[in-house]
Amino acid sequence: MVPITTMHYLVVAAALFVLGVVGVLTRRNVVIILMSIELILNAVNLNLVAFSRTWGNLHGQLFAIFIVVDAAAEAAIGLGILIAFFRNKETINVDEIDLLKW
Amino acid sequence: MNPVLNAGAAPIATSFFFYFLAGAAILSGLLVITRRNAVHSALALIVTLLSVSGLYLMLYAPFVAGVQIIVYAGGIMVLFLFVIMLVNIERVSKERQFNRIWPVGLLASCALLAVFLAAFTKGKDLFHDRPITLPEDSNTQQVATMLYGEVVKTIQNPKGQYMIGQYTFAFEIASLLLLVAILGAVIMTKKKI
Repeated sequence: MVPITTMHYLVVAAALFVLGVVGVLTRRNVVIILMSIELILNAVNLNLVAFSRTWGNLHGQLFAIFIVVDAAAEAAIGLGILIAFFRNKETINVDEIDLLKW
Repeated sequence: MNPVLNAGAAPIATSFFFYFLAGAAILSGLLVITRRNAVHSALALIVTLLSVSGLYLMLYAPFVAGVQIIVYAGGIMVLFLFVIMLVNIERVSKERQFNRIWPVGLLASCALLAVFLAAFTKGKDLFHDRPITLPEDSNTQQVATMLYGEVVKTIQNPKGQYMIGQYTFAFEIASLLLLVAILGAVIMTKKKI
């Protein structure tokens, strides 16, 4: 059996990151786009924790905790904007959010 | 098995668990971006978050794993489910799910994946799994010390003196960020500002 190295974790994180990017770029539902952003942030966190393990110190884990805080703030604000928008236009599809388009 | 090569990232359990958790994370991540119903996506995302938390445990990061479960799976996902409840999901789930330029997005993502894989195959010699191990027993306590600081007791000062941690200032700034986010979310969702 091949031992699990840092590279294994990096590949998993890259796969999660690309899945998140696909979700952001192709979906229409804003809620699912925000969930894809959470996927991306999780992939970054996994990278940070894996490198923290590799270098043998805890700074990566601390950084991951701050990213979790950031994700919480981002989700709160994003979903607030989403609710405000839904109240105005009765839709949560991104391609109908075109008020600033000319 | 070479002990020196394995010591850097020695798994807690067998590597079966790694493949199991990684497969669960990626499969449910795939479900997140393909489901028509947003509630199903949210549930799949919870599975992803729990699997990633298991991967953190395998990397000897129990504090991050706990934060992941409590904050992500317990807090953020509940927020998501409440918002899904508030917006009209029935109409959206009957509509087209992907935007008009989805092939372009898919192509760009595949290019990004190719860049990642090229970087990993070309640069895998840049870092080695060094035989440095984190102190597993005091990991959580060390994280807490770096975040909150600690009370250092000496013989001259038996009551102890508070020493600020390396990340205490950033921790306070993070609490300020959360305060701003709360205020912003409340103001944003008010009917009349």
